[in-house]
Amino acid sequence: MKRKSRGAFLFLTPSVLLLLIFFIVPIILTICFAFTNMALTGSAARNLQFIGFQNFTNMFQDPDFRISVLRTLVFLIFSAVIGQVVLGFILALLMKEKNVTFRRIIGIIVIAGWVTPEIVVAFCMVAFFSDNGSLNQIIGWFGIRPVSWLFSFPMVSVIIANIWHGTAFSMMVYQSALDEIPKDIEEAATIDGASNFKILSYITIPMVKGSIVTNMMLVTLQTLGVFTLIYTMTGGGPGTATQTLPVFMYNQAFVNYQFGYGTAISLVLLVIGIVASLFYMKSMKVKV
Amino acid sequence: MVKHRLQRNIQYGILVVLGLCFLLPLFWILLASFDTNAQQGIKFPNFTLDNFSAVLGDSGNLRSFGVGIILSGGQATLVVLASVLAAYPLSRYEMRFKKSFLLSILFMTALPITAVMVPVFQMFLFFKLQNSIFATMLFLTSSSLPYGIWMMKSFMDSVPIDLEEAAWIDGASVWGGLRRIVAPLMLPGIATIAIFTFSGSWGNFFVPYILLQTPEKLPASVTIYQFFGSHGMVEYGRLAAFSLLYTMPSVVLYMFSQRYMSKGFSMGGATKG
Repeated sequence: MKRKSRGAFLFLTPSVLLLLIFFIVPIILTICFAFTNMALTGSAARNLQFIGFQNFTNMFQDPDFRISVLRTLVFLIFSAVIGQVVLGFILALLMKEKNVTFRRIIGIIVIAGWVTPEIVVAFCMVAFFSDNGSLNQIIGWFGIRPVSWLFSFPMVSVIIANIWHGTAFSMMVYQSALDEIPKDIEEAATIDGASNFKILSYITIPMVKGSIVTNMMLVTLQTLGVFTLIYTMTGGGPGTATQTLPVFMYNQAFVNYQFGYGTAISLVLLVIGIVASLFYMKSMKVKV
Repeated sequence: MVKHRLQRNIQYGILVVLGLCFLLPLFWILLASFDTNAQQGIKFPNFTLDNFSAVLGDSGNLRSFGVGIILSGGQATLVVLASVLAAYPLSRYEMRFKKSFLLSILFMTALPITAVMVPVFQMFLFFKLQNSIFATMLFLTSSSLPYGIWMMKSFMDSVPIDLEEAAWIDGASVWGGLRRIVAPLMLPGIATIAIFTFSGSWGNFFVPYILLQTPEKLPASVTIYQFFGSHGMVEYGRLAAFSLLYTMPSVVLYMFSQRYMSKGFSMGGATKG
């Protein structure tokens, strides 16, 4: 029995107010501020002006902006798509039908990296990649000379850190999706003589395609917003080597105090996020 | 059969190697926290508890944990309250804007919060809210509210309406039905949302880093970062101990939530029989 009631609207008020003030208004402000010369210091601080598309024309001519778009893409493709989505799937697939205790131990280890707060992940990873860190110790056993990972391969380091932190989520999504495939389908295929690879590509993957697409969108959205991990590991450096869009935005707004410009970068992030969110919702095929 | 067995062993082998890769960074922090003279690499520790006592003996560190508990606990409470209220009409009534409202909520769950931090900072500056723990808590509440409402609504959908109707016939008000029948029945769902919100906020660094300034108002996540920057390069052991203590609540709450999740919902039986 569903009823109509006016009073029920009142129950929504606290949420609607909070979302309006702290969610909708900031989004509207992002759109407005992106077209101003807002700054904390200098003449623009006293003299706020609407400057049209100037932030955007500056932005598209700014080599730093173009390169951070590129870096964001590299970070997304390697740490989200290839790293978490593929590695998560491989882990879930390999763990299928294995010894329960073994499965549990591997699961706990991978999930531990996910439960660990980002700032601690950053600290562990800085130590892991440092000159006298564990990674150089290990490659030393094989006679390889130590490498200054954070200086010579900073992007690789932050990508590995993000994979380490994020993979568990994808793994859990795929584990529950794989558990839902009826066993007899794969068994029937085995009896008919299908190879493991064929079963994987013609049965398993098509049956969990929905979860793969949804998970990929969600992981992409999360990775797009990654700031803490990169900022605390490398500060966007050395130089600007790991300056992805969120770090670039932070530097423009809170280091150079160019809030108008910083907000214009936010708007780019927001628009990418909105487009990805729409794809995400489409992939979920929700019924409300 | 032999081929099959070999394949299985290879799979176990790959999993062991992957597991070791995932274990290594955490293993280091565990060893370092108990070491008198921790270095960046893995080594057998000179066992000590000094690192932990030093961290816990510092009133500034303790305060940062306290601030974190207030910030995240307050946020979790507000999210639960607001989302239970919001979920009720969304779950129980027909409303004209219900569909578009729910779709907007789902849409908001996916947006990266990072993208609005610059204007949010401006907003806080304009209303002189910067450095206010309460305002930061409200912002954090709103940022996790869409997810809270979405989850709460689906939990509430699984509570049969017959129980409430019975209560109404016995003279309970809508509010009474929500408070005495629906909320207690969906306690596992409420706990899950509270835990998820708390853990997410406990681990959040960016929001308090931007919105809070004075040292006595900073939660543990930001304090660790400052420790990291100022003398982290020397005192690995202490920083490792601090990090472990800070990670504990997330781990414990995660395990707790697993227990709730696996229990699942057994209230379907309440109306049968």
